Amino acid sequence: MPRLLTGNRLETGDVLWWTGSDWSPLIRDAVAIGDEGEALLAQLIAAERINDPALIDVTGEPGHWIPTTTRERVRASGPSVRADLARGSLSTDVI
Amino acid sequence: MYRYDQYDQAIVDARVAEFKDQVARRLRGEITEDQFKPLRLMNGLYLQLHAYMLRVAIPYGTLSSRQMRMLAHIARTYDRDYGHFTTRQNIQYNWIKLEEFADLLDDLSKVEMHAFQTSGNCIRNISSDQFAGAAADEVADPRPYAELLRQWSTLHPEFSFLPRKFKIAVIASDTDRAAIQLHDIGLQLRRNDAGDLGFRVYVGGGMGRTPVIGSVVRDWIPVGQFLSYCEAILRVYNRYGRRDNIYKARIKILVNELGVEEFTRQVEAEWAGLAPLGLDAPQAEYDRIIAQFAPPEFDPAAPDALDLSDPDFAVWVKQNVHPHKAPGYAITTISLKPKRGIPGDASSAQMDAVADLAERYAHDEIRVTHSQNLVLAHVRKADLYALWQGLDAVGLATPNLDLVSDIIACPGMDYCTLANARSIPIAQKIAAKFEDLDTQRDIGELKIKVSGCINGCGHHHAGHIGILGVDKKGEEAYQLLLGGSGAEDATLAKILGPGFDENGIVTAVEKLIGFYRSARSGPQERFLDTYRRLGPAPFKEAVYAR
Repeated sequence: MPRLLTGNRLETGDVLWWTGSDWSPLIRDAVAIGDEGEALLAQLIAAERINDPALIDVTGEPGHWIPTTTRERVRASGPSVRADLARGSLSTDVI
Repeated sequence: MYRYDQYDQAIVDARVAEFKDQVARRLRGEITEDQFKPLRLMNGLYLQLHAYMLRVAIPYGTLSSRQMRMLAHIARTYDRDYGHFTTRQNIQYNWIKLEEFADLLDDLSKVEMHAFQTSGNCIRNISSDQFAGAAADEVADPRPYAELLRQWSTLHPEFSFLPRKFKIAVIASDTDRAAIQLHDIGLQLRRNDAGDLGFRVYVGGGMGRTPVIGSVVRDWIPVGQFLSYCEAILRVYNRYGRRDNIYKARIKILVNELGVEEFTRQVEAEWAGLAPLGLDAPQAEYDRIIAQFAPPEFDPAAPDALDLSDPDFAVWVKQNVHPHKAPGYAITTISLKPKRGIPGDASSAQMDAVADLAERYAHDEIRVTHSQNLVLAHVRKADLYALWQGLDAVGLATPNLDLVSDIIACPGMDYCTLANARSIPIAQKIAAKFEDLDTQRDIGELKIKVSGCINGCGHHHAGHIGILGVDKKGEEAYQLLLGGSGAEDATLAKILGPGFDENGIVTAVEKLIGFYRSARSGPQERFLDTYRRLGPAPFKEAVYAR
């Protein structure tokens, strides 16, 4: 199952997804992480600039990732009860 | 209302300066998140699913219009134009940025507000009766005593690292509008035959993972000695409360393990040593604080009659207006549960509107209720119609207090990192099923309370119908509980049977209410009373029978 690397930006708390070279607030920009995931995670933890970094399971394909748990789907899409605050790259309908 | 003196303000200013420095050090990378996390939690700052969440303290739920306008300003300036009023009579903001936090704290402190002790293992915001100072059935205004507790517990060096969080509520009437029996300490102010004031003291109540109704450890402690008595309770807890297991760390577990009698004996022994030490406030301090809660000057000529010719207004008055102790005045509750709304949420424009209306019609004072509504406690009956029109103009005149759509719901998994399931959509779906107001009024008083996890911020254990979100292999599921009450007849709701998915729990609630309407002895028998009369079996049959 593909895995994505995610966390929250220290300065703002914003949800972020690893794109392979940088961070994006949109899950559609994320790249699947292979065996290097744990090493990347360890680097992030040591750098202390991304809070709560984690590898999460997803289904789908690049550009159309869907996290497997409800919690991560909510993180990716925004609160299901505030469509006006949705992040735009994942519909709250998938929650 | 209480106004800060130089010491109160100095404490806040010093603490704000200290935390601003800690934030700056974290942003510069000088301290790690592991080091910073306990510091930010002590200042009410959480990291939730989408962003930082800030919980601002509203002592005993009382606000001035000036303070409410600042809360609106914070929503507009630092958040996404809304706030969420909580079951602890506080307010939470869901989209706070750490890099803007210093300015936010400065703004809050300008109106005698802050966010410390809204998290962490300390004494949390003191809660009280939203009708305090206005209720006809109270023996005195309980808030001066809540304020004394606030001052005593603020940065109390001995009680800043308790085994677990600690919640205290204070009321002054036999009707319990603050769920005191479900608090770590519940205090009921009473008057004896000699006319003296004293407290009945409950200890060891609580919801969460292990729900317990509090026990009376003392039926009478004179008001002049209640602070030292609370100190004795906290000392016994601090000394013997478990620190080895977070799930066993609340005082209710200690009371249960020792037994009420032994716990009480230890408190009394501790208090015998403390009482002579002069820890209690001198009478002059009581007098100073009580004077600040003096009731407004009520107009003795205020007319008592009400023109109820507007039917919509009449419905609102019947549902959301309560008797006031002064003739010609009324207590009004502003529902924050509008159709298709989010329980407890208010926009900055609504907060500003309530501030304006409170200034104009309610002696500049607003209360937050543990049911996530607002109260204007001192309104001339002659002003009620204008007030209602003003509320209606900003979507705040929903006449559903204590009805099926007046649902308590925690933020749940739409926001909260601890949650196992979403709460708000469940509340919205249930409310939508019973949108018709006549139907709601026919059903009568029904308190539905939804929590997104076992921590119980949505008070599901105290719901006539309680709903608890649980995790089922990464997906949301919901348990159904019945028969709880947070009032003076406090009881704990019990699980009815197997859980449901999101749609199933809504259907189950529909079935429960349908059965209740068919089985009640008459229109005056509440859902809770029918449940108590018949027991769970027929309700279970109504929900689960194929």
